[in-house]
Amino acid sequence: MNDNSPASGSLTTQKPHLGVREHEGAKQPLSEKVSVKDVCFFYGESKALKNITLPIYERKVTALIGPSGCGKSTLLRIFNRMYDLYPKQRAEGEILFDGGNVLDPKQDLNLLRARIGMVFQKPTPFPMSIYDNIAFGIRLYERLPKSEMDDRVESALKRAALWDEVKSKLGTSGLGLSGGQQQRLCIARTIAVRPEVVLLDEPTSALDPIATAKVEELIYQLKNDYTIVIVTHNMQQAARVADYTAFMYLGELVEFGETRQVFTKPTKSRTEDYITGRFG
Amino acid sequence: MTEHTLRAYDEELHDLSQLVAEMGGLAERQIRASIDALIRRDKDLAASVITADGEVDALERRIEELAIQLIAKRAPLAGDLREIVAALRISIDLERVGDFAKNIARRYTALGSESDPNQLMRRVEQMANLALVQIRDVLDSYVRRDATEAMAVWKRDEEIDALYTALFRELLTYMMEDPRNITFSTHLLFCAKYIERIGDHATNIAETVNFMIKGELPQGTRPRGDLSDAGVV
Repeated sequence: MNDNSPASGSLTTQKPHLGVREHEGAKQPLSEKVSVKDVCFFYGESKALKNITLPIYERKVTALIGPSGCGKSTLLRIFNRMYDLYPKQRAEGEILFDGGNVLDPKQDLNLLRARIGMVFQKPTPFPMSIYDNIAFGIRLYERLPKSEMDDRVESALKRAALWDEVKSKLGTSGLGLSGGQQQRLCIARTIAVRPEVVLLDEPTSALDPIATAKVEELIYQLKNDYTIVIVTHNMQQAARVADYTAFMYLGELVEFGETRQVFTKPTKSRTEDYITGRFG
Repeated sequence: MTEHTLRAYDEELHDLSQLVAEMGGLAERQIRASIDALIRRDKDLAASVITADGEVDALERRIEELAIQLIAKRAPLAGDLREIVAALRISIDLERVGDFAKNIARRYTALGSESDPNQLMRRVEQMANLALVQIRDVLDSYVRRDATEAMAVWKRDEEIDALYTALFRELLTYMMEDPRNITFSTHLLFCAKYIERIGDHATNIAETVNFMIKGELPQGTRPRGDLSDAGVV
């Protein structure tokens, strides 16, 4: 059994929303893991997202691109209700995740965030050992015997392509790792709790090209098991790692489509202007 | 289209498209000159065509270098990417067109002067004129970014093919009439084939221009009028 396979528990008692349909050019029928339906978001009075409707397909990488302030990070943070941490921020509409609405006030946020994990722009290892950085998250949800916990930590580090670099120093501080290693540690920490969706908010913007390549390779491997949404300012990165790309501008979704189409033949002139560097 | 934030990028793309236009103009002149050399048996003109082929090749290399630099430096996407890919493809087609012009110029000596049936030479000239129109129109469509004009060229290649088939048939008859005509006819047939191939490259360029503008290759099969390989002549 795959030690890090996504959790099988359902978020709600409702039947999963499959939304299965044959997408143009795709070999397999696509299943919508998350469905964003007419979502608006407000920072106080200011409307940051305007009626966004977007499918997030299962076991695919979806990139959100757009200039600063377009709302892409805001959208990402709605998926696991990160905005709940801040007053005066609210979302309207529906985000369907296996049938349940993420925006439902009765939503169990701990469970939601275990199922929809997030990795931030700046690596954020906890000030503890490499081992405990991984075990910390698991302990929040599960009580495991030591040997089983060891297996889970090792497996998460292996999946994050970090095991070989840290296996001899699991007891040392996570803060002692390089930036790229720290980011992979954060990804390992996220996948250790067996999420179904992984949100990546500009995960390589602070990394050098080699570390970036390792994270991108990791994304490529992880999509076999996880649904991934990545926010990136790097057009080439979106073109390299994403199966689907959404271009946002001023809080609106301008274009969504297969990455190969969006980057070679966008349908909207605003998308073309942005990705070719003709903006503003 | 609006300008890039990076002005140097605009300038480089402009340079690239200028080079393609320049190469197209040169290829056109080479075809014209090679046909004139063939018809007038002009030794000097033929020699100048053969020499000038080096310039066509040099332009192809410059376009390739600039395109590679642009890809490496600018990581082009969408319309820019298609523009650069188009320049590369068109330069390859034009280089081949240049080679065909050179080959026609080389054949002029082999044709000799003992026989020169006007009717056959007129047919070759007629084919060459059509091919020249095709090349000129498709290059205009490139410069004007006109996909409709490019597709008109694409559809028109049939006419050259049909002329080639007719000439092929006539040359066969001419050879059968008198074996002494075989050398002349064979060389002329090669020239006609080169012209027919020039027409094919014009249609390739038309497809590329359409791709550059619309991001898609033409649907369906191109009309084909060359039946010389189908055993029906």
